[in-house]
Amino acid sequence: MRSAIKATEAARLIPDGARLMIGGFLAVGTPERVIDALVARGARGLTVIANDTARPGTGIGKLIDAGCVARVVASHIGTNPATQRKMLEGEIEVELVPQGTLAERIRAGGAGLGGVLTPTGVGTVVAEGKRVIELNGREYLLEPPLRADFALIRAHEADYFFNLTYRLAAANFNPVMALAAECVIAEPDEIVPLGAIPPDAVRTSGALVHHLVERRH
Amino acid sequence: MDAKELIARRVALELHDWTLVNLGIGLPTLVARYVPPGIRVAFQSENGIIGFGARPPEGMEDPALVDAGGGFVGAVPGACSLDSATSFALIRGGHLDMTVLGGLQVDARGRLANWMVPGTMVAGMGGAMDLVAGARRVVVAMQHAARGRPKIVRELTLPATAARRVTLVVTDLAVVEPTGDGLVLRERAPGVTVEQILATTGAPLRVEGEVPEMRLAPDPSAGAGQALR
Repeated sequence: MRSAIKATEAARLIPDGARLMIGGFLAVGTPERVIDALVARGARGLTVIANDTARPGTGIGKLIDAGCVARVVASHIGTNPATQRKMLEGEIEVELVPQGTLAERIRAGGAGLGGVLTPTGVGTVVAEGKRVIELNGREYLLEPPLRADFALIRAHEADYFFNLTYRLAAANFNPVMALAAECVIAEPDEIVPLGAIPPDAVRTSGALVHHLVERRH
Repeated sequence: MDAKELIARRVALELHDWTLVNLGIGLPTLVARYVPPGIRVAFQSENGIIGFGARPPEGMEDPALVDAGGGFVGAVPGACSLDSATSFALIRGGHLDMTVLGGLQVDARGRLANWMVPGTMVAGMGGAMDLVAGARRVVVAMQHAARGRPKIVRELTLPATAARRVTLVVTDLAVVEPTGDGLVLRERAPGVTVEQILATTGAPLRVEGEVPEMRLAPDPSAGAGQALR
């Protein structure tokens, strides 16, 4: 049996300036307890790679509010006026990436691929400065893979081997991010005995998870 | 019937039986109310649900079951969940029969702009660029004009969502089909004349003979939709 750590210990593993992938879509499927612990420890200079920055006071929005973030790579920041304001004031640098391209760049990073050829963004501002490659009469953008120092994952169930399951729309970016970081920290809703999760229900193997955050007390 | 209902009920006629359809945030979500009787569609939400359904009663929402706008939804029997990479593989890979999206501008080449107004707060494109690049049919549901200014224009002045030509534009005045040979006026809204449409359109619009009045999907209170929703 492997042992779980406290959310505060997880936050201590993550140094200032670290590059984080954080699961979630508008804070659904986001590891809130690890985020709370990062805010509490006063993390600074983080790069956050995520679908969005949620809303002020929720999920990644808490990191934005607390001034923990220097850079954001996301598909959408429209739900968080604080991110927009800090971007305009120059406090946070924002790179906007089409949502499917973001998912696939992360997948490529985790799958050992050198990049992605996608039709998304051809002929738009997203193509500026990127290589356009024509194959079989169709144009594609060459998009680089993304990796991070840490992936902060929210799971539904974890077992003692750290196998993970997800529920409904709370999966979103979590399964792909779990392959794309040097250190994977998973925060589950429940921890169950080995065998309680059938092999076919495991969506992220415990072999990929470095640390599990203990259950809510 | 207000303009949004009119647009939604016309777009609903574009739904094909047993297909996968993505509805954008805002006006396009109204289309789900007017699925014609006998048409069964699965609505996909790009955050990872196929077969989402109406919002459950208050107190019965599932925090993990939301649509791409973050609002609570239900799920119909047969629904499934997907991670984001798989969800966008469906979108980009041509597995989506249709996406219905809002629009800021459509130009004479049929290009859509719907994600950014320079000089204002920048929201980000979210999934819009992938949806337009990948869906088999892209239907734009929007008002014909905004504050008196045409939204169908000769050349986009806002950043494009994709280079691709959209399939159909449905407005409160007309149905316009972008073709390789320019924009064609296909239908007019009830009580609207061709002259009114041309006067409110900022791009050349071809009129081929008699322009029929729009048909609309029935009001759901009158018919029994069998949609997977």
